[in-house]
Order: sequence, then structure tokens, then C-alpha cells
Amino acid sequence: MSTTHTTLAIIGSGPAGYTAAVYSARARLNPTLFAGFQSGGQLMWTSDIENFPGFPEGVAGPHLMQQMRQQAEKFGTTIKDEFVTAVDFSQKPFRLWTALPEGVLPADFDHKKPEELLAIRSKITALEPTMTADAVIVATGATAMMLGVPGEKEFLGKGVSTCAVCDAAFYRDKDTFVIGGGDSAMEDTMALAKFAKSVTIVHRRDTFKASKIMQERVLSHEKVKVLWNTTLDEIVGNGMVTEIKVTTEGTQKTLPAQGVFLAIGHRPTNRLFLDQLALDSHEYLVTRQSPSKLGVAAAQTALTTEGLVAFPTMTSVPGVFAAGDGVDLRYKQAVTAAGMGCSAALDAERWLEQR
Amino acid sequence: MTDTQTKSQAQHLSTADFDEKLQGAGAKPVMVDFFAEWCGPCKLAAPIIDELSGEYDGKAHIYKVDVDADPELAQRYGVMSIPTVIMFKNGEVATQQVGFPGKAGFVQMLDKALGSK
Repeated sequence: MSTTHTTLAIIGSGPAGYTAAVYSARARLNPTLFAGFQSGGQLMWTSDIENFPGFPEGVAGPHLMQQMRQQAEKFGTTIKDEFVTAVDFSQKPFRLWTALPEGVLPADFDHKKPEELLAIRSKITALEPTMTADAVIVATGATAMMLGVPGEKEFLGKGVSTCAVCDAAFYRDKDTFVIGGGDSAMEDTMALAKFAKSVTIVHRRDTFKASKIMQERVLSHEKVKVLWNTTLDEIVGNGMVTEIKVTTEGTQKTLPAQGVFLAIGHRPTNRLFLDQLALDSHEYLVTRQSPSKLGVAAAQTALTTEGLVAFPTMTSVPGVFAAGDGVDLRYKQAVTAAGMGCSAALDAERWLEQR
Repeated sequence: MTDTQTKSQAQHLSTADFDEKLQGAGAKPVMVDFFAEWCGPCKLAAPIIDELSGEYDGKAHIYKVDVDADPELAQRYGVMSIPTVIMFKNGEVATQQVGFPGKAGFVQMLDKALGSK
């Protein structure tokens, strides 16, 4: 397979990636977008999005992503349903690979240890790159976190789920638990309440982080209970989940449970860029607009003579830009990701012009 | 959205013909995708399952089961999360994959089932 060249490569197919593609395609940069193996990103796991502007009746996540993809393609983005497995940003043009060594799966990149990933990468980069690019926009996003408690992996798909929207219907008349306190925990609770006998939210704090409107819906629902200041210790079962152990303020108890839904938040999926781009201690990419000490420091070094920050979405490597949940350590919304994707495309366009 | 290959479609099975197809496969591996129309991740898996049914034509049987239309089948195999893909060999469950592992993940399942005759 011979290496092809593109002016701009976009890695990621969530709102940030597709928006970057729409803008850069309209700027006639002929971008190539790598959609990865989970094309569409986190919104593919969401049923109704009620806070994306322009949809007063709400919009289904998979539908919105399909529309964004079509919009990106309409203006001339080449979309590849391939997963980028290695990058080399140390030389120009930048190099990208999509080869996958025997026995390695795309999902491994989310949970393998850094040293294992670096070993995998050295195997991949020994091959010819799939593509070279003058500029790159990284929009690889984030993934749902697991708790790491005993029983969690064992019972995944057998009572443990990370997608209530997908699986709620299997829990008709059952006792279910949702772990978490953010908007996705509230959405999971409402999805389950349609089917389950009971839904109990297990939350480690005494207040929810979720939006007020979602909280109101959940707390006023007759099937829903909340265990505040409570942590999940263990998931127990025999082929299927039968009970869970939780601790509330130092006291452990065992509760009958048939379903446990994890909605404890997301972490950025940036392990592909270990050793390549500056990441913070939680593996968020650092750009000149990151609302953190590292971001402020990066911005300081990028001040123009007029006192403005040049290319705010640029990472630690000139020509590599970043957008979306993989950068956003604060807001993590579809609309903020889309906005940042737009900024990254405009920055990349100007950077390419000035080269 | 490329149309370069002839579009293959994995056949849907229902409670009525499931057992017959499973028995009829003999020693050939049978891969079954349990899905629902309203499930986002299932939509990611669906075109890949269709593709594979073409690529493995003659070597393995690849089918889909709509868990809304045939909840009995989902229940029989303890499917409580979708997409779930179950690989059958000689009518027995050989391996099971919960969630969408990408095309590479399904290819590994198929190749493993084909390799261990």
C-alpha cells in the first residue's frame, strides 16, 4: 500500500471532527477525516439531545452524527472509516498509520498501559505510513470510564452496562442501579425508569453535577431513589448480576440488583499521542486555550507583538491542532466540541497559508 | 459510502427459523448479531456485519437477530446488552462479544472460530 498525501488530516468523527471538516472543506483544503472504529463518537450512545441549538424537539444522537457526516462530505471531505493506530509528528510532513498488528484491537488503545502502547507503536511505524499530512487536527474525544470494582468486567453484558439507552428494555420489572451524578447518569435513569421496577442512583457526593432540568425530572420520578454519599464496592452474581455491595458513610450493605449502569464520566482518549504531544496529568491535550496552568503557559509563549495568542487551538507541535472532549477539561458538551472544531479548522487554514 | 463491492446483507433470523439454521450449519461457525433498530452502537456494527457476511461467504454463516422482534432468542442466550455478537460452533455458544469491537474484533472472532476446527 503506497502512502498518500493530504493537506489536512482530521482524526476523529464526533462533533469536533465533523465541524472541523465542514469548515476546512469549505476553505478548499480537501481534508481527509479518519472516522475511527466508533464513527460518530459518544453521541451514538445518546437517544435524545435536547441542548444542541436548532432542535427544539430534541434530536437523536445517531441521527445528528449522520447529518454532520453528510454535511462534511457534501463540501468535499474524504471520510475514511479507518482507525489511526500511530502518528509521527516529529517530522514534516506529519505521518499517520492505520495498520493494526496481529492480535491488537482498536479498543486496546483505550486501556493498554503506556509502555505496551509504545511497543505496539514501534511495530506499526516500522511499516510505510498510510498517509502524510501538512497539518493535523486531533479530535479523538473521550470514552466512558469504568470504576474498576470487582465484578464489573466479569458481568459486562450480564447485568452491567455502560449504555442504558441501548439496554434499558432488557430490564423490564427489574431492580436497577445507576452509578454517577452527571447528565449521562440522569439520562440513563430516565431511560431505565421507562422499563425497570426501580432505579436507584448511587452517587458518591450529596449533590448532582447534572443540569437542573435533568435533576428535576429524575428526582420527581416515582420509580427513582437516590443513595447519596454512597460508593459501589462490588458487583456480585452467578452468571448474571444478583446483588451489589455499597458503602454509605462507612457502613456497607448488600442490595438485590439485576442491573448496574455505569455513568461515572469520561476520560480523554489521547494515548495515541503519548510522546508526541503535550498532555496534562489526566491525559487531556494541552492547547494555548486550555483553561489550566499548562494552557496559560503555552499561551504566554505564543503571544504576538499585538499581544494576542497566535493559533489558540495549536498543540505543543506547530501544525497540529486539537479540539473537542480530548482537550476540553471543563465543559465537554457537543456544542462546545463543535465550536472548538470550527476554531481548529480556522487556525489550521491560517497556519497553512502563512507557512 | 462506497459501492465498489457488491453489497451483501446478513440474513435476519427469527424464533421460527433460528434452530433450523443453527443445526443446518453443521461444523461451520455461525455468527449472530443481536441488535435493535434504536441502538446507536448497533448501527455501527450493522454495515460491518453485512460486509463480513459477503467476505466469509461459504466459510461461515452470519445472521442478525432483532431483539425487539424476537425477545425469546435474546432471553435464551442471556443477551442483556446490545450489540452482542455470539459465535456458535456445532450449535453451541463458542465465544461472545458485548459491544462493538470494530471490524478487526469481529474478524478475530471469525478467524478463531475457523481455525479451531
